[in-house]
Amino acid sequence: MKTKKLNAVTAGMLGMALAINTAQAATTIIQKGSDTLVILAQKWAEVYMSKNPDVKIQVTGGGSGTGFAALQNNTTHLCDASRPIKAKEIQACITAFGKRPTEYKVALDGLSVYVNSENPIKELTVEQLELIFTGKIKNWKEVGGPDAPIVLYSRENNSGTYEFFKEHVLKGKDFASSAQTMPGTAALIQAVGKDKNGIGYGGAAYGTGIKHLLVKKDAGSPGVEPTEENVVNGSYPIWRYLYIYVNPAIDKGEIHKYIEWILSDEGQAVVKEVGYYPLPKNLRINK
Amino acid sequence: MSKKFSQTEASIQSVTERRGVYFRKVKERIIESLMYTISLSVIAAIFCIFLFVGKEALPIFTGKTNSALVQDPIKPEDIDKYSPEQIRIYLGLPKSKFKKLDKETLIALLEVKMEAFKEIPENFKNDKDARVNTTQWKYLIFPHQWTGYDKPVYIWQPVSNIPKYNIMPLIVGSLKVTLIGLLFAVPISVGAAIYVSQLAKPAIRETLKPAIELLAGIPSVVIGFFALLVMASWFQSVFKYEIRLNAFVAGIAMSFALIPIIFSIAEDALYAVPRSIINGAYALGASKWQAAWQIAVPAAFTGILAAILLGFGRAIGETMIVLMVTSASEMTWNIFQGARTITATIAAEMAEVVFGGPHYRILFLLGTLLFGFTFIANIVAQVAIGKFKEKFEGLK
Repeated sequence: MKTKKLNAVTAGMLGMALAINTAQAATTIIQKGSDTLVILAQKWAEVYMSKNPDVKIQVTGGGSGTGFAALQNNTTHLCDASRPIKAKEIQACITAFGKRPTEYKVALDGLSVYVNSENPIKELTVEQLELIFTGKIKNWKEVGGPDAPIVLYSRENNSGTYEFFKEHVLKGKDFASSAQTMPGTAALIQAVGKDKNGIGYGGAAYGTGIKHLLVKKDAGSPGVEPTEENVVNGSYPIWRYLYIYVNPAIDKGEIHKYIEWILSDEGQAVVKEVGYYPLPKNLRINK
Repeated sequence: MSKKFSQTEASIQSVTERRGVYFRKVKERIIESLMYTISLSVIAAIFCIFLFVGKEALPIFTGKTNSALVQDPIKPEDIDKYSPEQIRIYLGLPKSKFKKLDKETLIALLEVKMEAFKEIPENFKNDKDARVNTTQWKYLIFPHQWTGYDKPVYIWQPVSNIPKYNIMPLIVGSLKVTLIGLLFAVPISVGAAIYVSQLAKPAIRETLKPAIELLAGIPSVVIGFFALLVMASWFQSVFKYEIRLNAFVAGIAMSFALIPIIFSIAEDALYAVPRSIINGAYALGASKWQAAWQIAVPAAFTGILAAILLGFGRAIGETMIVLMVTSASEMTWNIFQGARTITATIAAEMAEVVFGGPHYRILFLLGTLLFGFTFIANIVAQVAIGKFKEKFEGLK
């Protein structure tokens, strides 16, 4: 009887020692995916690592699709995505590890519509944006501007931003084939800044020579500026969630702690610094 | 005595010499066969790359890819009503993977497919093109009137509810930019080559030749960057066209990459024309100009042609410059509108496609096409060079 108890105690101690051992050894978390999320993810990693020196976090971009591919191949722990996972990708995950990946909403992003700062247009409705980007409206005078052709700047079709804009603003219709596809938001802003007839869309970034349009839900409603308040309370019509996906089998221990930290007030404070918008209170986890 | 001694010495010498020759021969033969295998392996490597690219594109040729938006779903609860083979094809899984999956996983997969089917917006479900497999050749090459378009069009929209994979805008885009690049680069580089090799003083030649060849050292991404930021705005202010980033700017930028290549090869060919022929022309009273134009250029014509064709190969394969400068997939020959080349399309889209999906296959089809283009250009070059060689053989 006594020996049994003793055995249990030693076993427990051994287990504790092991746990301490594993905690002391540095854990490396690999995070890969959306280019939109790279800067934010790097900032998260930086802040988290300075507080938890045992944890190493490696962040790389490549695009949401690349992240999902890495998730299926188990070459990444966390997958950053600027769009929800597609059915095909869920399928591939199920074939690879038997389960659906767990989805976490980690931040909000408002998409801005930019025009050249010389353009007198100040606001457009979502419907006008649809007609402009599908090529039905070709001249600025049709939306109350000067008599000049509209030059469209879009993103490459591998970008999550492209798919989001297509689905929510164009309602699934095709972009006009005359749209120039730019490799990134910075390139797009640069191009619109140099083209007085240009129009483009992207994250809430600022650059010289461009201005952000106010967007109206419909012709009767007021134009809304893409500010934090308006994005978080939903009055700005073009916004999206940013996500992190993880294989449920490894969603525990240090990895889960890290995700919980991202969803805490502390992690969400970082979101603001980088220029995205924090989650509403009800989606955060605070212990 | 001494005579005999020297005789044996000589014979010993000749034996070692002969042995040395023998070893040298063996060594040479080994090195030769090594070099032979290396050159063979290069051919094998190219062949393997072609096989790989072709293999990935094969399902398009055999009509085995299906990109239709709406495919009749199999309900998860009906899993036993279908044969495993039917389910495998429905899920689009390779046989090796399918074997490893248990029934539970298969049901989970069917559920996901069902969900995806339910997520399709109603207006797309009833679209007349929703059940069409858009990877068929008639949709890849010929215009088609899709829903929402008022006439038959050539459209490249691979990421769409109904993906449209018409490759004609990309082919036209590639040819458009290549032709502009060549039209600009060939006169300049061939002219410069004639001047440097035939007319210039040696001192000028010594500085000009390396200076032009130095252009080849500029990475194409830098040329692209320069074109995007500086040239595009400058040309727009000069030519007053509406679209700032267009095929014309891309073509001119590309010519910066072509000029050193065409110049270098053409100059070598012109410089290799035997001095005796040119001196002969001078002796008959030809001026420097006449000797260059009427003797050197025709004699080196094959070399110049090879230079131009190599320039074509470089132009059609160039990716970065075009990708940075213009990428609108418009079906138009207007040089002041956008262009999207085959190379830029592959580079921009490859990283994000679903592996093994229709879009992935189409990109490999484009790769095969690119291979075909350069292959045909090379064959044409070989035939042409052969013809001209026959013609000028007697001259030399």
